[in-house]
Amino acid sequence: MKRIKGLIILAIILIALPILFPNNYFITVVGTAVALHAVLAISLNLLMGYAGQISLGHAAFFGIGAYSSAILTTQHQWNPLLSIGAGMLITGIIAFVIARPILKLKGHYLAMATLGFGIIVSIILVQAGNFTGGPDGLSDIPPLALFGWTISSDFHWYVVMSTVLLLIVWLVNNLIDSRSGRALRALHGSEVAAEMMGINTTSVKTNVFVLSALIASFVGSLFAHQQAFISPDSFSFFFSIELVTMVVLGGLASTYGAIFGALVLTFLPELLVVFEDYEVMVFGGILMLMMIFMPQGLFVALENLISRLYRNYFNPPLPVPASDGENHDVA
Amino acid sequence: MFDQILQFLITGMTTGAIYALVALGFTIIYNASDVVNFAQGEFVMMGAMSTIFLAAGDNGLPIPLAAATSVVLVICVGILLQRFAIAPARGASVVTTIIITIGASIFLRGVALVIWGKDIQAMAHFSGEIPIHIGNATLLPQNLWVMGGTALMVLGVHYFFHHTMQGKAILACSYNRDAANLMGINVGLMMLVAYGLSALLGAMAGILVTPISFTSYDAGVMLGLKGFSAAILGGMGNPMGAVVGGLLLGLIESLAAGLISSGYKDAIGFIILLLVLFIRPSGLMGRRSSDRV
Repeated sequence: MKRIKGLIILAIILIALPILFPNNYFITVVGTAVALHAVLAISLNLLMGYAGQISLGHAAFFGIGAYSSAILTTQHQWNPLLSIGAGMLITGIIAFVIARPILKLKGHYLAMATLGFGIIVSIILVQAGNFTGGPDGLSDIPPLALFGWTISSDFHWYVVMSTVLLLIVWLVNNLIDSRSGRALRALHGSEVAAEMMGINTTSVKTNVFVLSALIASFVGSLFAHQQAFISPDSFSFFFSIELVTMVVLGGLASTYGAIFGALVLTFLPELLVVFEDYEVMVFGGILMLMMIFMPQGLFVALENLISRLYRNYFNPPLPVPASDGENHDVA
Repeated sequence: MFDQILQFLITGMTTGAIYALVALGFTIIYNASDVVNFAQGEFVMMGAMSTIFLAAGDNGLPIPLAAATSVVLVICVGILLQRFAIAPARGASVVTTIIITIGASIFLRGVALVIWGKDIQAMAHFSGEIPIHIGNATLLPQNLWVMGGTALMVLGVHYFFHHTMQGKAILACSYNRDAANLMGINVGLMMLVAYGLSALLGAMAGILVTPISFTSYDAGVMLGLKGFSAAILGGMGNPMGAVVGGLLLGLIESLAAGLISSGYKDAIGFIILLLVLFIRPSGLMGRRSSDRV
């Protein structure tokens, strides 16, 4: 029930924003980017937050989806919807093949392997110029049409991405509360203990890895059709790191936290433009400070603060430390 | 064909030596504090950049003096990084510390961008550019500087950790922090020394290689990643593994660039790294880990 409430609040916010601020650049353009990043962060959070497996190469799957769609629609004149499916199939196969050997690794080795995978994919995107257009990327990607309705304006895309976001949140919430979701969280707690309880940890890890790759590939395809132009820059090592930061900023294992992380990291560069030459420096500084002082993420820190203020306002302050509500179900 | 291979080996050993120094820096910090320092590549860039700018112009310092000053400068940066970014976040998870050091690397890159701008910078060769011929392969005096300098520093690090009190104290901290503390070792100070040493290795690597490879404000990114790969390839936490991993990675890349494709050389390096990890999940010379349940 609590999870349904969150979904409804999210839906109300997503609907209310464009009504309150019609034709606002920050809603239709940046807001669409936030929704896109949020879906990616949620998919990565499945892997990192719930299953406890670090990945520094998530942008690779996003890129494979985007390039599959772009190549199939521009060079082979495929139907965009069909190409989205094909992209997911390709991504799914790649993810399935590499999942077992990669997820056998632990800690820094796992980080390195996923990082290496991401870099290999981005080098291929730059070097295989015949297919990918090299560093210049691919342009003239056709727009997406659904049941005869062509998605063209920024506002259309806002509607589509918001719907996708709501669907993914709903899907992930159901998954987490299901039998496989509990297996996943058990895995995070202790792999050995999970194994003792009869959970096939290898297959659970593989499944969640493939699922998160499929979601990334799906929004990658949407991204390609939305932008009509893609280049390898959008799928580099830095984007993987940004996604990881969104997840951590939101507090691991919190779906709404991941959305919040996406919101902060998408708006931050927009706001930092005013610093001009100092932008990179300020961004790095903020990133460092947030992680040093709020290692559990901004979202959890904020939640703690609000619940403490709330309690102090309605009740006399208690000597016990404030508990942090929602995130306890994963501890 | 033989001459060609020899040429690739020379180039490979030179890049490999630099990777080895960066990887050694990674290893020292990892052993001391369990942190993978993604800002290691920025130490390399800052060492090179500040040397170039201290030596530039009519009133510039002579190269040795400029190099020494920038090494001291970079050591200070390393110590500040430990004191103000790593130490306050003690006990944070692996991911959190990774993001902190990545934040630090972005920050340092931003600082370099503001101070030195976006241009690619060159540095004069230490002892001229007259090539030395070995058969049909050629070697620049600077290649010898890189290899010789690296060898000296690796030996120096070995001596430091095995034959001096300070070095042994750092090793003690990395085995067991609390026990080291109880033995009267100033753990906090040892952490600062470890970060300073790691910064020193990075800065020296940058100064040695820049006459050959040039530098720019963002040159540290790829070097940092390569150093991390080398450290993992050799087995994280093993200093000799880091050196071997670095040299091996340099050789693989140089041979791949020469014999297969220069565009894919980085990718081939990472593919081989992945294959090694699939077969030996803790690197070539890493300890087999076992989890306590």
